[in-house]
Amino acid sequence: MKNYDWIEHVKGTSKFADDLPVVEGTLHAGVFTSPTAKGKITSLNIAEAISHPGIKAVFTAKDIPGKNQIGAIIADEPLLADEDLHYVGQPIALIVGVEEYSIKQALRKIKIEFEEQKPILDAREAFEKKELIIPPQIFAIGDIDNAWDKCDLIIEGTADTGAQEHLYLETQIAYSIPKEGGGIKLISSTQSPTAVQRCVSRILNLDMHKIEVDVQRLGGGFGGKEDQATAWAAMAALACNLLNQPIKLKLSRQEDMRYTGKRHPYSSDFKIGLKTDGTIIAYKVDFFQNAGAAADLSTAILDRTLFHCTNSYYIPNVKATAYSCRTNLPPNTAFRGFGGPQGMFVIEAAIHKAALKLNLQPFEIQAKNLLKENDKFPYGQKAINCVARKTWSSAVDKFQLAKKINYINEYNSINALSKKGIALMPICFGISFTNKMLNQASALVHIYTDGSVGISTAAIEMGQGVNMKLRQVASRIFSVDISKIKIETTNTTRIANTSPTAASSGADLNGKALEKTCLILRERLLKAAEELLKTGSNEELSLNNENIAVNGIKSNLAWDKLISFAYTNRIPLSAHAHYATPGIDFDRSAAKGNPFSYHVYGTAIIETTVDCLRGIYEINSIETIHDFGHSMNHIVDRSQAEGAIIQGLGWVTLEEIKHSSNGRLLSDSLSTYKVPDIHFTPDKVSVEFLENDFASEAIFNSKAVGEPPFMYSIGAYFALINAIMEFNPHIKIKYDSPLTPEKALLMLYEGKELNFSTPRNK
Amino acid sequence: MKRRISFICNKNLVEAYVNPALTLLDFLRKNERLTGVKEGCREGDCGACSIMLGSIENNSLKYEVVNSCLFPIADADGCHVVTIEGINEIDLSPIQKSFINEGSTQCGFCTPGFIISLTCYLISGKQLNYADAIDSIGGNVCRCTGHAAIIRSVKSIMDSFINRNAGNEKCIDYLISKNYLPAYFKDIEIRLMNLKRQTVPEKLRNRLMIAGGTDLYVQRHDDLILEEEVDFIFNTGNKIYTENNSCFVEASATASDLGNSELLKNIFPGFEDFIKLFGSKPIRNRATIGGNIINASPIGDITSILLSLNSSLHITDGLNERILPLNEFYTGYKTFNLNSNEFIDKVSFKIPEGEYFFNYEKVSKRRHLDIASVNSSAFIKMNDGIIVEAKISGGGLAPIPLYLEKASSFLINKTATGNNLIASINIALDEVSPIDDVRGSAVYKKILFRQLLFAHFNKFFPEVITPEILI
Ligand SMILES: Cc1cc2nc3c(=O)[nH]c(=O)nc-3n(C[C@H](O)[C@H](O)[C@H](O)COP(=O)(O)OP(=O)(O)OC[C@H]3O[C@@H](n4cnc5c(N)ncnc54)[C@H](O)[C@@H]3O)c2cc1C
Ligand code: FES
Ligand code: FES
Repeated sequence: MKNYDWIEHVKGTSKFADDLPVVEGTLHAGVFTSPTAKGKITSLNIAEAISHPGIKAVFTAKDIPGKNQIGAIIADEPLLADEDLHYVGQPIALIVGVEEYSIKQALRKIKIEFEEQKPILDAREAFEKKELIIPPQIFAIGDIDNAWDKCDLIIEGTADTGAQEHLYLETQIAYSIPKEGGGIKLISSTQSPTAVQRCVSRILNLDMHKIEVDVQRLGGGFGGKEDQATAWAAMAALACNLLNQPIKLKLSRQEDMRYTGKRHPYSSDFKIGLKTDGTIIAYKVDFFQNAGAAADLSTAILDRTLFHCTNSYYIPNVKATAYSCRTNLPPNTAFRGFGGPQGMFVIEAAIHKAALKLNLQPFEIQAKNLLKENDKFPYGQKAINCVARKTWSSAVDKFQLAKKINYINEYNSINALSKKGIALMPICFGISFTNKMLNQASALVHIYTDGSVGISTAAIEMGQGVNMKLRQVASRIFSVDISKIKIETTNTTRIANTSPTAASSGADLNGKALEKTCLILRERLLKAAEELLKTGSNEELSLNNENIAVNGIKSNLAWDKLISFAYTNRIPLSAHAHYATPGIDFDRSAAKGNPFSYHVYGTAIIETTVDCLRGIYEINSIETIHDFGHSMNHIVDRSQAEGAIIQGLGWVTLEEIKHSSNGRLLSDSLSTYKVPDIHFTPDKVSVEFLENDFASEAIFNSKAVGEPPFMYSIGAYFALINAIMEFNPHIKIKYDSPLTPEKALLMLYEGKELNFSTPRNK
Repeated sequence: MKRRISFICNKNLVEAYVNPALTLLDFLRKNERLTGVKEGCREGDCGACSIMLGSIENNSLKYEVVNSCLFPIADADGCHVVTIEGINEIDLSPIQKSFINEGSTQCGFCTPGFIISLTCYLISGKQLNYADAIDSIGGNVCRCTGHAAIIRSVKSIMDSFINRNAGNEKCIDYLISKNYLPAYFKDIEIRLMNLKRQTVPEKLRNRLMIAGGTDLYVQRHDDLILEEEVDFIFNTGNKIYTENNSCFVEASATASDLGNSELLKNIFPGFEDFIKLFGSKPIRNRATIGGNIINASPIGDITSILLSLNSSLHITDGLNERILPLNEFYTGYKTFNLNSNEFIDKVSFKIPEGEYFFNYEKVSKRRHLDIASVNSSAFIKMNDGIIVEAKISGGGLAPIPLYLEKASSFLINKTATGNNLIASINIALDEVSPIDDVRGSAVYKKILFRQLLFAHFNKFFPEVITPEILI
């Protein structure tokens, strides 16, 4: 079914925060940030900046009326640095002025002096220096110490994955408007309105009810606006509060890239033990997460790395330890997959390395160890309605793996400077916030006297199509046309205490809350209808196609008539309901429990070609069998899956975050940070739906789709490695993603002299 | 120094009295409140700000797509500016419908840019094909969909054009009849002819001149608005022509002009494909060769090509012209031999005859719309099995766009044997001194350069330069 929001999108009439008309007297704000990765401010001179034409004010930490603290999980991050500087780009001062250009100039007039200290940029170095955000986290199952003896082969190694810039097309933005009683209305590009509200309340020392946060839609989020939209909103609110004038704060692309956190880079050590037939007996892994300078959401992300450290495989003996390491980079943050991809990459690297030693294909080991029904994950939950093997075998059949391999072998034997590689990638991803508290939502539904419906929930529309899914929920329950249903902005005065729209759970949680709310209203309406239709006792009424049906037969009572009757008879046409995901629990201290309401599975086959002359490459195809449950919107879900896959392809190939040795971001613009473009998109991206009805906590059995497909892309890394090995079989593989063209070329010619030797007889 | 500027914006005439360096993006969003034009990067790399620009050229209306974030409003004078709002007069266009049907939009932020770029491609009036259609949106980035669904849309749109019976119906009329464009497009040609462009300003010396602006607006946007006295170099006339066995290219010629030039295609078969590796379509529509030379980037693509063609610069102060070989122009990193009252008028090179080879190689992290890690251009002329001319250039290997003097001259008067060619590659490797930077490590660039030289010679002399040398 088509997505109604898309009609606005294609016409360019959807309204993003920057598109809303500004009110009279609006000022703009710019942020002055730390030029050093580690140091202490010795002097800060704002005098010249204040007297710059057009500048109204400059604010620093001492102007904050409440607490200078934005840390959501751990209180370790100031809004504006007071004395200690922890990363390049850390906000120090806020300049407010009438227009943006002069603010840019004034920013250059702030004079700062500081004592510089040597920064830590690398997670392992931070670990050595005991710079940990929280104590190490451990997940274990079986008996790892005694398991090694049972293995025929034990392989050790390291695996690294890189950071990733979210690159939502709409940069961070907030617009703050003063309200009476010292209150504030904030338009914020956030995935988490309540986080903004809570933080602003703390910063300004105001009750939460004085702060209204309103969100129409985001131009992409991907996790980058879950926690990190907050600071900019808080700054806009701060200036608004102090000046009593509306303030708009929008980051330029370069500012956004420099000041905000990324996907966490990880460096990991693994040890895997197997039988000669490829059965995995034991797996030990240590994850070193580069958290950046403050906790942000790192600890929750660390958890998910542990939850997904065995991906789709059953391994009886596991010990996984994770360290969240504090470094002098912008605090890293949520990004699609939330630590899961980083965990899965390592087990895939371990399998790849083991396969080379055992003279097996990696996919032989993968296939052998896939989860079966009731197998236990390292955190004790059982795999229920597990379709890991089903998706694998359908992928192998449907996409004709054997034929592909033949073709690739043939291709490689006749092409000297072009080689192909293939890999399979199964995925398994748990759905629910792993912090139980967040698994709640509420919905507010108004039916207006003309029969049109307005819906408020906590869900933020950011491209994932949640608004459309919510419309479908209401439309199905009321049996009215989608056009009668409007999804309102997400607003903290209508829906309080919102969980972030994250963890792929937006449609599930809010959809379920909405379902409940609509059912309440439906019951009221049917009762009213009974009165009107005055039927006998055994007749059953239902809503059917904007009409009331009696025993399934259309009556002469239409939806709008019923509504107006209900109103006349003073039947409430609004309802609010709350939903909390049942059946989930997790004991943190034991690291055991059932944290997920269900899992999503799937398998991908990826084919790549490497130009062994230039070191450039193509991902030719990525074909997947994906477990959507019972998809409620194929167009939305397919587009989500494809987008996630290709974003993942960027992560393992082109997208490379580079810093100078003193911690300055070098890849700070779109000309130096490359994301997949249309030419990079594989010729073939197939997403086949495995329809599977068992996911009762998914809304209408339609499983969460935002994150899981991202992880198929990990297979592309290995397909590329396999192609490179066709040209240069003797390389020592580092398992160091992303596999940029630079790394590819260096691997292709690893062990060879720079200068060519002159050809014989020519 | 505000100026009066008038243009047709969608269907309305707009007369503005503004800072001529103001970007069209800001004007459209803030003054006209056409918020379908989005700001995603302000550096020409995302396409969210794409608009169509119609102008009268050779007495007929043509449209091209440009990035409004890098476009001075002065250059819109006398033109037709089309934003997504200008398409919306009608019910949804087939492109818009197809984006909805295929799921080619998610958050919607990039979407107007894609639709504008594709619509502009359809108006181009050229023989339409799938590859060009994809190229036309190569400057648009969609972070949400990863473009898979957009590709489906492009395919379905192109399929519907297969049966187009062009006849003598004008392209625009056809598109109006099929609902791709609203009816007001019918009158635009006449309206533009009546709307005189303001007189083109004299090129004023000692002022910062904006040519395509693709470099200036990225580097110095705020200065252009607030500080600098600027002037504009407009595109005019026949920019690529021959005279006395030489080919002349005016400095204001854009990369698109080069790519579209039949003349250059004839001299260097496949030339248009080399140009496709330069920026994106909207960037090529604006980026001039004068700007590319003065930009003085060590990895400038056009500069690299021109070096291997042994080009000369025609430099003028408005009165006198001096001619300087391009390989003597650069004196150091971003410094060159040009006085403050001079500008580049044109570039020339001798048209090669007889048996010759030309090749251009560029490797960047991403194949398209990316700055090279290393590029290289090679020209070799043969006479009776003897190399009589050889010019090799390389970018990303030194502080300036590099002409490989030693490697090139080594080859002169030699036969094209494997030994000689390999020896020249080894000489070239000693001539370069790349550094570690965001585009790659020095080690990488050196190896990559070797590979690109190999690629040239492998194309020119496949019998002697064979893959075995690499393996
Ligand atoms: C997204 C993007 C992609 C790009 N991709 C590439 C690429 O693939 N390859 C590449 O080489 N470059 C690329 N560039 C860089 C840039 O587009 C080129 O260097 C372009 O040729 C600059 O030309 P311009 O006309 O836009 O220059 P402008 O920005 O208008 O001017 C640049 C400088 O040249 C001066 N100038 C211009 N013309 C003259 C003249 N006739 N005489 C004297 N001075 C003059 C100007 O005063 C200014 O100082 C890219 C830029 C962007 C934004
Ligand atoms: S805003 Fe990105 S290209 Fe113009
Ligand atoms: S739809 Fe979000 S960037 Fe394209």
